Amino acid sequence: MNAQFHRLPSHPSLPWAAWLLLALAAALPAQADERQLLPANTPKAYTQECGSCHTAYPPGMLPALSWQRVMSGLDKHYGTDASLDEKTVQQLAAWLQAHAGTYKRVAEEPPQDRITQSNWFRREHRGIDAAVWKHASVKSAANCAACHSGADRGNFDERGLRFPAGLDERHRHAWQD
Amino acid sequence: MNAKLTWIKDRCPHWLPAVMLAACLAAAAGTVRAGDTTAAQQLERFSAQAATPGQAERGRIFFTSRHGGEWSCASCHGNPPTSAGKHASTGKPIAALAPAFNPQSFTDTAKVDKWFRRNCKDVAQRECTPTEKADVLAYLLGLMR
Repeated sequence: MNAQFHRLPSHPSLPWAAWLLLALAAALPAQADERQLLPANTPKAYTQECGSCHTAYPPGMLPALSWQRVMSGLDKHYGTDASLDEKTVQQLAAWLQAHAGTYKRVAEEPPQDRITQSNWFRREHRGIDAAVWKHASVKSAANCAACHSGADRGNFDERGLRFPAGLDERHRHAWQD
Repeated sequence: MNAKLTWIKDRCPHWLPAVMLAACLAAAAGTVRAGDTTAAQQLERFSAQAATPGQAERGRIFFTSRHGGEWSCASCHGNPPTSAGKHASTGKPIAALAPAFNPQSFTDTAKVDKWFRRNCKDVAQRECTPTEKADVLAYLLGLMR
């Protein structure tokens, strides 16, 4: 066999500037990484129960006090009865408290504890025309998966955005900004 | 053992067969817990509670009518409920309800009770009676491919 295969290539040492950049990149917090907004330890009950009628919203999107109110009023949950057995309520409430308010340093409690009424949400979606939310393929701003194809996995990365079926082309500018 | 297959025995730890058996038993136990019933058994159960067999046509009328509220069962589950439905407010997809179109449908007693309780409250502002549940099950079981 050719002798050169037995000799490992030597690692040229990177310029110190490149090492510095690598170190900085590693040190930056991954907090605002839109690809992973559902914690790794998301309980199965959260996706199965809370994710059965709507997107399983990442807990970081609401402050702790909002989640507390949501979980203590499940029988009157935005117009419906979403009640659960006591044990599951306690399990999910504790988990929500532990992971609350970590997204975009959410501190303010939005009106009616609705994520879609938060200042950060309205800012992020300010380019979306009102008609879009009402369109049949979207139905409401709470229906994240209408546009965020990875919403059910906690992935809100811009690369996962899709344009809902049947929406008029003049709205498309908001998806491209 | 066949000479060609001894390589397996040589490379596997001695406790492997026991672990595999335990894993199989655990998996079987798991499925028994989750899928503890069938749609047909649920029809029997509610018919027994109602002391009368469920009637499919009455169930169809119940399923597709409003009962004092904004929604009927069909508002989210579709009419007929033989393909994926859509939550009337949120748009979230809901797996098909008719058992012939969704093998998971009505296979977990706790889930059946929970969803009847919540959804009857949404549609009829009360619990559904055993007769109504039996009728709905009869209707759903009658929906074939």
